[in-house]
Amino acid sequence: MQFGLSEEQTLLQDNVNRFLKDNVPLDRVRAYAEGGDDSDIWQGLAELGLAALLVPEDQGGIGLGALDAAIVAECLGYHVAPAPFLGTAVMAPTALSLSEGDHSELLGQIIAGEKRVGIAFGEAVGRRNDAGLSVEGGKISGKSIFAFDADADYYLVADHTHNLHLVDSADKGLQRKPLTTVDKSRRTVEILYDNAIAMPVSNDPAVYEGTLDVGRVVLAADTLGAAQNMIDQSVAYAKQREQFNRVIASFQAVKHMCAQMTADLEPCRSMVWMAGHALADLADEARVTACHTKAHLAEVGKSVSKTATEVHGGMGFTDLLGLHYWFKRIGANRQWLGAPELVREEAARLQGLAA
Amino acid sequence: MDLSFGSEYDDFRAEVRGFLQNNKDKVPTSGNMRGQDALDYQKLLIDNGYAARTIPSEYGGFGAPPNIIQSRIIGEEFVSARMSQGMGGQGISMLTPTLLEVGTEEQKQQFIRPTIHGEINWCQGYSEPGAGSDLASLSTAAVLDGDEWVVNGQKIWTSGAHHADWIFCLVRTEPEAPKHQGISFLLFRMDTPGIEVRPLVDMTGVANFNETFFTDVRVPKDQIVGARGQGWQVANTILGHERDSLASPNQTLARLQAVTAMMKDESLNGERLIDIPVYRDRLMRLQGREMSLRFNEMRVLSSRLNEGQDASLARMITKLQGTELRHEVEGMAIDIMGEIGLSYEDNPYTRGEGGWQSQYMYYLGLIIGGGTNQIQKNIISERGLDMPREPKVEKKQ
Repeated sequence: MQFGLSEEQTLLQDNVNRFLKDNVPLDRVRAYAEGGDDSDIWQGLAELGLAALLVPEDQGGIGLGALDAAIVAECLGYHVAPAPFLGTAVMAPTALSLSEGDHSELLGQIIAGEKRVGIAFGEAVGRRNDAGLSVEGGKISGKSIFAFDADADYYLVADHTHNLHLVDSADKGLQRKPLTTVDKSRRTVEILYDNAIAMPVSNDPAVYEGTLDVGRVVLAADTLGAAQNMIDQSVAYAKQREQFNRVIASFQAVKHMCAQMTADLEPCRSMVWMAGHALADLADEARVTACHTKAHLAEVGKSVSKTATEVHGGMGFTDLLGLHYWFKRIGANRQWLGAPELVREEAARLQGLAA
Repeated sequence: MDLSFGSEYDDFRAEVRGFLQNNKDKVPTSGNMRGQDALDYQKLLIDNGYAARTIPSEYGGFGAPPNIIQSRIIGEEFVSARMSQGMGGQGISMLTPTLLEVGTEEQKQQFIRPTIHGEINWCQGYSEPGAGSDLASLSTAAVLDGDEWVVNGQKIWTSGAHHADWIFCLVRTEPEAPKHQGISFLLFRMDTPGIEVRPLVDMTGVANFNETFFTDVRVPKDQIVGARGQGWQVANTILGHERDSLASPNQTLARLQAVTAMMKDESLNGERLIDIPVYRDRLMRLQGREMSLRFNEMRVLSSRLNEGQDASLARMITKLQGTELRHEVEGMAIDIMGEIGLSYEDNPYTRGEGGWQSQYMYYLGLIIGGGTNQIQKNIISERGLDMPREPKVEKKQ
């Protein structure tokens, strides 16, 4: 029995963290937030093999699983790195390789870092406002909101019947408008479809579910990393900030905030690992675990991001320190692909506890 | 990740299940810990390796080599069969491992066999009115007079002192030494003249705790474990054990399942509780938390099995989080039942598995006991996060 990361997984974690530490310091995140580009970051990550992570070996990929994707996402969250990982490297390859069609060309381009595939799942997870899609005769019309990312070459679109389609961003019937959100480390768009070509990916509910589940676990892992970084920053700050002639880390009021954050987040690490493992190996538990992991990490992330900001006092509130990038990243992960109440209701339905 | 214990353990699990199946009728029903049925059941468990499993057979145990997975399987199967794992108590959980670690051969021979068989009941004399979280400041004194220690002072929270045969007790023997170096670990009979036990009724209405007073209690000089002045170190050889065992994830899961079952059976205005969204969401929230702690416990277990895997932080938080979660699970069962949730003792309206109110309070007791959860946070921040201790404040004269 071994509940933990393998040597290969630790190595993967080290490699990704090293790359991000060297190439994506906070200033680089700020540059992206102010309108810069993230293509160099994604190119570098693709060269590390991350774009090929979940693509099966027989289609030229590395063929690793959800736990490995979660490990990478934890690193990205830790560094609040701008990158299209969730769509391009996780959800799209999952859907494309689970589907029956031949998508080897696009998968090859994903692996090479040449093409990015965004996700437009909002309407399937829960339709809001005037968003809505109609697909007929291979053409799609309507609107998706908060699709990620803004610079994708294709979008994997889930309609309200949970059918999956692929739409080309260059299609004349497609229009994108940037949607500013509080999280500026990643960009989302509104997509207007007017008889755009919808290439069918899958009508199998299992493909939609498998794609959604891995997306949720990866978002939870991103929150795990971001929250861990906020704790690390809080502890470090408390050890050097002095008030009343002593470092504030010696006050129990501050220590207990840090201890509580740690006590809340440490089980989350175990949970994310288990959720990743379950998606690959424990079919019976996988879906419920994915839902609970998404919701629980959202709750813990929310309290850690608040508490960590408080530990920093007034500085936590400033842009100077940039702590807010993590706060906002965690906030966005909470809302994407289902906020906690919605996902917990799904967990209840999966167990036959709700209609 | 590899969550299987390996097929070699399937046989072991089947063996445990077989034992449980065949011995359901042996579980003591009298409720008397010292009754013959309790003693017989304890012996049956030891003879089959389900209690005192790793205690060497020369001291009356089963004598199996330590095997974390086997111990875990036994725990899982007994919980799921809802069968007692035999006698607990601080003599078995705390003193026996301490004696094995630092006791003399004579002490091991004298005490371990009767202790694990339930023939000697122990109580623990650690906390004092003036020494709770700051246990090392304890002041119960023992002074050597010829061949005997003369003990004077008071202990508190001495669970089971009213029916204990012996006490293991921390006393100050070197008043001039720094506080951690002046303590000794003594063993003595509870019927020694000069001991007075006064019951302390707790908020659940039970008098399991006591205040225990010592007036010129004379203890033979050799009834000391470890060297004179080394009592703090002796006590700490196994203190970690206690915290790990306070809120078992298996039992919390069982209680959460009992709440879920109750929500399907009980109704409000004709609607099943499980069909009421606010209740259901609260259940789901707790289920998520419970999952995270259960998986965390698997990681801790894994770190004990696999050298090089560090899960020290994951382990440090188990008492804090486990007791808080269990308290909330019991509290939820109360809330969703409205006034019925107040039912206590013989109230016929008690629903589901029952015990909600007493467990709710009992776990509040455990949030405080075994090192308060505030002390747990000190430990997490100081040992886990390397944050400095609170500076000492000069006492006002």
